[in-house]
Amino acid sequence: MATAPGITVPAPPARHHEGWAAIVRQAASLPRGRVGLGVLGLVVAVAVVGPFVAPHSPTASIVAPFSGPSGQAVLGGDMLGRDVLSRVLDGGWVLLAMAAAATALGVTIGTASGVAAGYLQGRPDGFIMRTVDVLLAFPQLVFALLLVSIIGPTVWLTVLAVGLSHAPQVARVMRSATLDVSERDFVKATELLGVKRRRIMAGEILPNLVSPLMVEIGLRLTYSIVIIAGLSFLGFGQPPPSPNWGIMINENRQGLVLNPWAVVVPAILIALLTIGASTFTDAVARVTIGIDRKAETGALPALVAGEEP
Amino acid sequence: MTPPGDVRVDVRGLRIVLAGSSVDVIDDVSFRVRSGELLGLVGESGSGKTTVALALLGHVRRGLEVAAGRVLVADTDMVKASGQQLQRLRGGEVVYIPQDPASALNPALRIGTQLMEVLRTHRQMVSAKGLGDPKARLEQTLEEVGLGRIPRLLKAYPHQLSGGQQQRVVLAMAFALRPSVIVLDEPTTALDVTTQRHVLDTVRRLCSAYGVAAIYISHDLAVVGGLATTLTVMYAGKVIESGTTAAVFGRPAHPYTRRLLRAIPSPERSEVLQGIEGQPPHPTRRPRGCDFAPRCPLVAPACSDGPVPVVSLPGGHLVRCLRTELTTGPDIREPLEISTSRREDRDTQLCVSGLSARYGTTEVLSDVTLTVGRDQCVALVGESGSGKTTLARCVVGLHTSWSGQVQFRGQHLPRSARQRRPQVLQAIQYIFQNPYTALNPRKTIGQIIEKPLHHFYPSSSRSERDERVARVLSDVALGPDFWSRYPDQLSGGERQRVAIARALVVSPELLVCDEITSALDVSVQATIVELLRHLQAERHLSLLFITHNLALVRSIAQTVTVLSEGKVVESGPVKRVFERPENPYTVRLMEDVPKVVRGEQQPRLPAP
Repeated sequence: MATAPGITVPAPPARHHEGWAAIVRQAASLPRGRVGLGVLGLVVAVAVVGPFVAPHSPTASIVAPFSGPSGQAVLGGDMLGRDVLSRVLDGGWVLLAMAAAATALGVTIGTASGVAAGYLQGRPDGFIMRTVDVLLAFPQLVFALLLVSIIGPTVWLTVLAVGLSHAPQVARVMRSATLDVSERDFVKATELLGVKRRRIMAGEILPNLVSPLMVEIGLRLTYSIVIIAGLSFLGFGQPPPSPNWGIMINENRQGLVLNPWAVVVPAILIALLTIGASTFTDAVARVTIGIDRKAETGALPALVAGEEP
Repeated sequence: MTPPGDVRVDVRGLRIVLAGSSVDVIDDVSFRVRSGELLGLVGESGSGKTTVALALLGHVRRGLEVAAGRVLVADTDMVKASGQQLQRLRGGEVVYIPQDPASALNPALRIGTQLMEVLRTHRQMVSAKGLGDPKARLEQTLEEVGLGRIPRLLKAYPHQLSGGQQQRVVLAMAFALRPSVIVLDEPTTALDVTTQRHVLDTVRRLCSAYGVAAIYISHDLAVVGGLATTLTVMYAGKVIESGTTAAVFGRPAHPYTRRLLRAIPSPERSEVLQGIEGQPPHPTRRPRGCDFAPRCPLVAPACSDGPVPVVSLPGGHLVRCLRTELTTGPDIREPLEISTSRREDRDTQLCVSGLSARYGTTEVLSDVTLTVGRDQCVALVGESGSGKTTLARCVVGLHTSWSGQVQFRGQHLPRSARQRRPQVLQAIQYIFQNPYTALNPRKTIGQIIEKPLHHFYPSSSRSERDERVARVLSDVALGPDFWSRYPDQLSGGERQRVAIARALVVSPELLVCDEITSALDVSVQATIVELLRHLQAERHLSLLFITHNLALVRSIAQTVTVLSEGKVVESGPVKRVFERPENPYTVRLMEDVPKVVRGEQQPRLPAP
């Protein structure tokens, strides 16, 4: 390849165009995105900063069981007389970390199998999707319960069980999105170069799945929180002495009349976390729909005026 | 033709803006249509012609609003009309025929149900106009549009009809109530030439028989020229020229109209096509003076000073231009020099023989034979459904269920691209029809063009590849600033240039172009075809050029193969096939091509 004179090579392009960062930024500029992010940020801040500012040890009994709020324990005591405030502050981050890990696992497995099924079609598609059908026959919570109850309540197993229970649903969504993208000519153009199919999936198709992927991540995160909290409530997940919002609701419900704060505060935090995550996901979904429409219709600059604002 | 009657449509000073702003999408549009007249409203994409068409029905798209002017249709101002008035008028007095008949019909309802709906909704009008019993009227209308003899049509669903039949059903729906005004929005763009001609004949016959005032919107000047009595040319939301068809085609006075006419390929002569470089201005960035000034070859300093007044020429010919003294007289294009330097004994590059292809159990190609020589452009023409795209896909290895032989430089090619050797994949490049789906929207133009280079030359250095990409970008007349842009920031023509650049960057020997200009405007099509012709000569490429646009073939190809229902019906040098077609199918195809008549001749469609 010879150098032609008089041709300047411009600087390499900026990398992110309507990628992850831009989508999050745009979503955060919508009113609902701002509310969702605010609520989510508040709860995450409580969970992350909490352990460092908790006034007492989460496992030390310092007041009478189910005693009401007092100077010593601001939100009263729980079933064993432990400080509710300290347990609330300390019990969030494990829940969050577990939810995030389960989401990452479920979305990764689900996306890989969904994209493979949608793009390869034929036998791999049949195999993957029939497996998905079988897994989907079990309700998600029951499926997770089944796995946990066989092997026993440990943190990693809960994450694994919840993650796996997400995978089939993610696979469904990603497969249909892949079917749509694979039909487009730029995928065919890459096939005509003789590029390996694995690389086409990763290099050409996946970047066009950012929108459904973002929505799936948000949605699965919301579900993970609910399921993990639910499993903790049912006694699976983290073993008892450790503080966890789900466990707290279960432990303290018999003392609901004596000290409602021990149940209400963790319940509100879980609710806020879920609402925040789903509101923000909704904002992301709205932003990505707009982007996809633009990319597909290929609106000419001159035609923009004719489009809906 | 019936003598022109009373004025049915009178649009005066129409101005449509983006809601809540002063950005005009349509400005100062005025025209008048009498009964029995057919007005051609011509413009390229984005010129605002559909917005005007919808305004005739009293509709503005969401986000737009009428800021000034009036739209008198059948003596009612559609801008001020109440919802009830509009409901009565639409479908009864003024009807709209959309571009795509397939999406205009409800796929879940039978044809009969949909046709009766119009007559039932306007029951009062049916009796007021004395059209008789709705059932009888329905039969009559079907007869009028040429659908009378199809059994069980009313029980059929839209998907059971062909595109031409669907469009006739839409026509029947429109003419059922004998409207006084009919708005046709590119009704034949999706149809092939023969069907198009039949539909156009029907429209013309019905309009003149019942004294309907028709507004025909199109980007295709050849179609409009054969049909319309008067023409209105739009550019960037304004009327830039209007007059009788003979005047506008014979003595085009606006530089834009002149350039547009030069961009249209002619099936009768081999001519150099001249496209119009640049793009129409975006509504928010329109220049202060003439909108065409930035692209105009005759531009003078005064053109940018302020709004350009309308100049009146003899014969009711109006033009919005300051330089009319330079644009009088006919505008003749230079004929294309058929390069005699080319060798006649070309080596065969691609040889397809006995090719039969199927989709499932349907055979779409049978026993097709075709050769493309080195440095030669072979055009493959045929109507939609003739199998021309399938043939292209067999050649490049995208369609794999075929039998027969495809040889490239004497070597047999395996069916699927995945089984072909990299050298073959590199030597044969395919350019897709739709530039909007051919480029990955998540990658920059630089990344898109560099990809094949990186694939075929894995050991090349980054700087080598960058140089080559920059060179090919300049070859397709795109500046280096396109490097870091994304496909959605490009116009259709620019995207197609990128697709061409992506094919050229690996120095192919055969380019397979599948209807690469069908999604583009005429002026852009001309620039792309000229670019391709130029590149072919410069790089000694072989071209397999697939198109349904016969006129285009004359401008680019040396040999043409005509395909019908999966079979080759005729093949030979372009000049011979166009001037002395032998096969009856080819003869009919040539007759149906709408032609632009330049000069003072009266425009006409070929006799039915």
